[in-house]
Amino acid sequence: MLDAFDKLYTYITEFAFVRYALIVGVLIALCSSLLGVTLVLKRFSFIGDGLSHVAFGAMTIAAVLKLTNDMPLILCITIISAILLLRTGKNAKIKGDAAVAMISVSALAIGYLLMNIFSSSSNLSGDVCTTLFGSTSILTLTTTEVWLCIGLSAVVLAVFVLFYNKVFSVTFDEDFARATGVKASLYNLILAVVIAVIIVLAMNLVGSLLISALVIFPALSAMRVFKSFRSVTVCSGVLSVVCTLLGICISIVYGTPVGSTIVAVDMVAFGVFMVIGKFCGRVKA
Amino acid sequence: MALLTCKDLCIGYEGREILHGLNFSVEQGDYMCILGENGSGKSTLMKTLLGLVPSMSGEIIFGDGLQKGQIGYLPQQTDVQRDFPASVKEIVLSGCANRLGLRPFYSKEQKQLAQENIEKMGLTELKNRCYRELSGGQQQRVLLARALCATQKALLLDEPVSGLDPNATAHMYELVHKLNKESGITIIMISHDIQAAMTYADRILHIGKKVFFGSRDEYLARLDKTGFAQQGGEADA
Repeated sequence: MLDAFDKLYTYITEFAFVRYALIVGVLIALCSSLLGVTLVLKRFSFIGDGLSHVAFGAMTIAAVLKLTNDMPLILCITIISAILLLRTGKNAKIKGDAAVAMISVSALAIGYLLMNIFSSSSNLSGDVCTTLFGSTSILTLTTTEVWLCIGLSAVVLAVFVLFYNKVFSVTFDEDFARATGVKASLYNLILAVVIAVIIVLAMNLVGSLLISALVIFPALSAMRVFKSFRSVTVCSGVLSVVCTLLGICISIVYGTPVGSTIVAVDMVAFGVFMVIGKFCGRVKA
Repeated sequence: MALLTCKDLCIGYEGREILHGLNFSVEQGDYMCILGENGSGKSTLMKTLLGLVPSMSGEIIFGDGLQKGQIGYLPQQTDVQRDFPASVKEIVLSGCANRLGLRPFYSKEQKQLAQENIEKMGLTELKNRCYRELSGGQQQRVLLARALCATQKALLLDEPVSGLDPNATAHMYELVHKLNKESGITIIMISHDIQAAMTYADRILHIGKKVFFGSRDEYLARLDKTGFAQQGGEADA
């Protein structure tokens, strides 16, 4: 055990990339978990999954077009899909969950198809596997990527704090908010853009198949124990950061895949919170 | 000038017309019940008044200083709300969201207003409790307190007693009655409960195959003479 700490300490102090990974990991975990509360409550748990597949599809398009900087394209396509998914909402001909599922599988299929037809790489299944399950790319971040991530996360956090009360009112009861003159569609739009940004950021960390875990697990765990929106949100953020830190550390020391380790830690935390929720029953908000 | 006037209003959903030629007006301080069988368009009418659904033709005119977006609304409960982790205080305060404008946080006055409405609805002890742990009647009172935060003039209630036990139902009607008489808040209520409508309302709007709008006494007289309600199907219930 001490060995492990020693090893970790040396890694963190000696290698910049480990520090980058930790910084980016914490930021992404924080952002995704805060929005996760709203998404879970709005019954959009799967939007993370859907959008990340869209991002995967966009990534393959960028690869086919041989773009060196694929970020802007991925971000654009994902944001547009997010807006379409969240805005159509209740009145759409194809309802929420079906629309998410449809977009999600289509993007996945097209992405893989494109990669298969146009890819010049010899290790195709390896490439696909990396994008889907997260890769070592979290450990090979460049300084620019780290700064980009810090900047975007700061924006996301600022938006969340500034719109916290409005997001609450729209999440709890969209009809009421709209009827009393709150610009619900504007806030839905903001939410869609923000969630798309987070997902594109998070793809580096856990890969597109596991992003849902970052979005929903902390929120669900927090909801087991806490009873007010604010305490759930705060707890979800803290829990997510702790789990992600733990997950990254474990994966560094034991050489396990980063994404799945983080998700495993999240799962354990969920179990613990469920037990606490069962036994304590009522924890005061 | 009436608080709310509908002229030749035609309502419907997705291009399908449900009702046309609706003419009625609501004065400040009125207590109006909207009656009608299932599917007659009561909820659609309410959503049209609130601006959630566009009207197909005709006019809705707001008067007496009432503006669109200043009507408190007590909706029917949604699935999302049933297991929503939020405290009573948070939910009531969210009724003030329409006054936030560009400000990100609630002001002292808004918190004060929420507190007053919590007291008015007798929720002081439940203030920090979680919404999903409350009984149906308590939940409705929370939503009523929230609606009061959003308005000083008019409340629209969509079947406020559905799913409540007799005690909670009576309590709910009393609360609404008190708001109408003591605070002078205009009440527009969708109801299935013709008995309660006759007790509390002073105006009736009956929609369906036949449309009636007038005072309660006129409605009763009409009811006796022609069995209007039977034709409308309401008295069967």
